Amino acid sequence: MTAVLEARNLVRDYYIPGSLMKKGKTVHAVKGVSFSVEQGKTLAIVGESGCGKSTLARIVTMIDPATSGDMLIDGQKVDIAKEKLTPEMRQKVQIVFQNPYGTLNPRKKIGDILTEPLIINTRMKADDRRDKAMAMLKKVGLEEKHYARYPHMFSGGQRQRIAIARALMLNPRLLVLDEPVSALDLSVQAQVLNLLADLQDEFQLTYVFISHDLSVVRYIADDVMVMYYGEAVEYGAREEVFSNPQHSYTQTLFAATPRADIDSIKARLARKAAA
Amino acid sequence: MALLEIENLAVEFQTSTGPFRAVDGVSLKVDAGEVLAIVGESGSGKSVSMLAAMGLLPWTAKVTADKLLFNDIDLLGLSAADRRKIVGKDIAMIFQEPVASLNPCFTVGFQIEEVLRIHLGLDKAASRARAIELFDLVGIPNPADRLGHFPHQMSGGQCQRVMIAIALSCNPKLLIADEPTTALDVTIQKQILDLLMRLQAEHGMGLIMITHNMGVVAETADRVIVQYKGRKIEEADVLSLFESPKSPYTRALLAALPDNATGDRLPTIAEFLSDDQIFAGAVR
Repeated sequence: MTAVLEARNLVRDYYIPGSLMKKGKTVHAVKGVSFSVEQGKTLAIVGESGCGKSTLARIVTMIDPATSGDMLIDGQKVDIAKEKLTPEMRQKVQIVFQNPYGTLNPRKKIGDILTEPLIINTRMKADDRRDKAMAMLKKVGLEEKHYARYPHMFSGGQRQRIAIARALMLNPRLLVLDEPVSALDLSVQAQVLNLLADLQDEFQLTYVFISHDLSVVRYIADDVMVMYYGEAVEYGAREEVFSNPQHSYTQTLFAATPRADIDSIKARLARKAAA
Repeated sequence: MALLEIENLAVEFQTSTGPFRAVDGVSLKVDAGEVLAIVGESGSGKSVSMLAAMGLLPWTAKVTADKLLFNDIDLLGLSAADRRKIVGKDIAMIFQEPVASLNPCFTVGFQIEEVLRIHLGLDKAASRARAIELFDLVGIPNPADRLGHFPHQMSGGQCQRVMIAIALSCNPKLLIADEPTTALDVTIQKQILDLLMRLQAEHGMGLIMITHNMGVVAETADRVIVQYKGRKIEEADVLSLFESPKSPYTRALLAALPDNATGDRLPTIAEFLSDDQIFAGAVR
């Protein structure tokens, strides 16, 4: 089986121009990262802010070009720095952003938000677009009556469902999820994670799931990549990474994650009583 | 005598569709040296009840309570000027968004020295010396240099340390931390929580930890209050809450943790609990 997404040695540098008194400098945001994801699987990318995971998401979504390295989608090499992106390519990868309050245009109705990708990338007729949007609303657990409403009338969890619906309108092969549940409450987070799992089963979707919440990653991922200062310091199957982390940063990360099990509470209370 | 004692607190906001009750009859007590966690989803009234206690709500809010005592002082009966002498000095609060809670127009040094001058009456040299000492205490490297920095020149974790330093500047008896680590990375979260717990133990402060993260509760709290839609659903010490939660809502909340996932789908609260069921077992 060929991988839906394959990255070989991806590098991304940002050049910060200098001024009269200051020299310009180059920031190495991603320093040679390689990975591949097969169809229907989930790759989780973990790391702290500034480690380059969102830059990587922008490269994979074909928003920014990589400075060097190859990216293959469905075995086809993509380089947006050299050639213009075709609508077919554009349809293959879609993204869901972190903050559902900032990613939906407040002046557009939900129906218009959902049909816009179709208007831009396909030649579908208006009736078909509408039907497709209605079907997608139901698929993500909303109702047809929500079609003519505005984003401010929805809760955070519902908005994230709308953002997911919009990403799915073009039948993508690959969905990049940039911290999709970190702005949501625990119970809503569970609903959205379940929805993502359902959609993955139904459409055989491939996910690149970016998160800093290890408990979510452990639940949803097949493979895990840990990034630290632009480098992939750990990459492997979920169980391998969680049971036997190799890099010291991964170990620090695991140690720092708050644990909600009874044994660790007992241990903490015992330490406190002893002190 | 409890440090903070709240009985039957209610907060109402006037909206275009009539009054909205954000907090509905919440009672709680915090002793000196105790860590109380208040857990709930957004809209559960956990922040509003603490803002009400501190008198920080806008005038549109109607705050009523049978008892709202801090150190046996009735906070509701105080004049605004008298309350300001307590708030920020004996009761301090750390807010969720560290970068947004600091004033972008002033250096962090000015903002912490301002508190020291107004509440403790220190002069310029003394407040500067104390500010350096406080920055050192919360683990900001090069404290003397850092005083001249503006909030935008510092990272989120550093800004949160500045917030903590400001909150601790007058040795408060009670510290209210409103989602102190939600905006931060896991590794930074760990550092901030360790810092808060260390300072709380050293100074014997009462600490109220407002959060929606069950992991943070498990790592910090002595006692836990679970709130839902402005009402108190359950109150228990931390071990019994996690070991044998009494309310169906708490059970559902714990089951929704990805840590505890057993099948390939997570149980969700809306699926098997209505509001009536949640409130049925509510405590007052």
